[in-house]
Amino acid sequence: MRRLTTALSAAAVALMLSGPVAAASGDALIEEGRAIYHDKTRGNCISCHNINDPVANLPGNQGPMMVAMKQRFPDKRKLRAQIWDATVANPLSIMPPIGKHWILSEDEIDAVVEYIYQY
Amino acid sequence: MKTIKTCLLGAALSLLSPLASAAETGFSLETVDPEADRLALQAYYQKRFPGVPLEDYVNGIYAIDPDSRKQWDALMEFPPYEFDLEEGEVLFNTPFANGKGYADCFENGGIGIRQKYPYWNSEEGTVKTLEQEINECRVENGEQPLKWKRGDIAKISAYMASTSRGKPFEIDIPENDPRALQAYLDGKRFFYTKRGQLNLSCANCHLQGSRIYIRADLPGPTLGHPTHFPVVRSKWGDIGTLHRRYEGCYRDTRSVPIPAQDEQFRKLEYFQTYMSNGLPVNGPGARK
Ligand code: HEC
Ligand code: HEC
Repeated sequence: MRRLTTALSAAAVALMLSGPVAAASGDALIEEGRAIYHDKTRGNCISCHNINDPVANLPGNQGPMMVAMKQRFPDKRKLRAQIWDATVANPLSIMPPIGKHWILSEDEIDAVVEYIYQY
Repeated sequence: MKTIKTCLLGAALSLLSPLASAAETGFSLETVDPEADRLALQAYYQKRFPGVPLEDYVNGIYAIDPDSRKQWDALMEFPPYEFDLEEGEVLFNTPFANGKGYADCFENGGIGIRQKYPYWNSEEGTVKTLEQEINECRVENGEQPLKWKRGDIAKISAYMASTSRGKPFEIDIPENDPRALQAYLDGKRFFYTKRGQLNLSCANCHLQGSRIYIRADLPGPTLGHPTHFPVVRSKWGDIGTLHRRYEGCYRDTRSVPIPAQDEQFRKLEYFQTYMSNGLPVNGPGARK
């Protein structure tokens, strides 16, 4: 959470110097989502899902690659729901119920959704 | 929190049965059939990794992943457990202060018996492991028990395993004591139950997930899991027991930890080793 705030305020500073509000805070959210996605102690999504981002390091393949997210999840809320609790769709899923088991906060999940929605 | 966890567990248990082929005979005393389970598990792997001989499953992930196998073959040119094995033999043969020794506590002087462990002990109404009886032998003879997970106990266990190399596991579930089948069933349920903050079961990684990457880790097949223990694991940097590994994998699910030799782990070992019946003892082993 602290990191989120720091990231956001850094973005806020950057924003005063340049560009429009919406774009800048959106970028900060995406950066935050990206950090969570790849950090072993946070979302650690990369341990199961490859993603076409140069920072991806030793991706696992337990789950599908994060591609064509907009096509596969035209409704962003459905994507968020899958992340919040993968066992709804597949009770035996190896994917941890990220929201239901408080693995990430609601804000962090929003950030991850924004991040993967670009791919 | 406790109630939440209990509900989650309950929910997970009721979902166990659909887990396909390897758990065919289910999770009730009426339906469970260890021998059918064992054959179903073998069939599952033979279908999933065609051409891998059953006996090769004693080599864990190296049986089914050629790339890991190459690195392992190099490692095994100088097996990293050789010193532990020698020390284990010395420890095994060093008399206690009262003049007796480990050989006095075990059938056949402790030689060539690894394949029968763990076993159901009807008098005590519990599953007994080899490490447990090593420590009981010490205590009966006035010595301090050893720590469960590493060091001398693993070395002694390693030596004892080495005297059984090549003998097929023959875990028995005595029919005249229904508690034995219950212990098997509890172990089986433990293996398939999702748990912890990450909601993972052993089966998630070692059945569904075997030979599929989780980051840089490749979980191996559950068939053959216990055969080569104790093991020198490069990541540990020393030799450790099966329950040391159980503790680690269990912790990875972000569950409240269970200590080595806890009854739940002993039942798990009973289940897992029964599944490996017919496979040869090949301990001690070495892993990355
Ligand atoms: C331990 C493995 C694992 C982890 C960690 C994991 N997932 Fe998954 N995920 C899976 C698997 C396996 C599936 C396939 C569907 C199923 O079995 O539930 C999946 C499915 C998905 C899907 C649906 C994809 C589709 O096309 O249907 C999304 C989106 C997703 N995961 C996002 C995430 C995000 C974001 C994270 C991290 C916050 C994450 N996953 C962490 C294993 C994992
Ligand atoms: C998140 C994935 C995951 C879960 C859950 C998991 N394991 Fe593991 N386990 C691994 C990986 C990865 C390894 C190392 C590769 C290997 O040897 O299989 C391993 C290794 C092992 C080994 C050593 C295998 C060998 O050949 O030396 C045993 C035994 C084992 N696990 C048992 C269990 C049991 C029992 C459970 C449930 C309490 C469990 N694991 C849960 C991923 C997992």
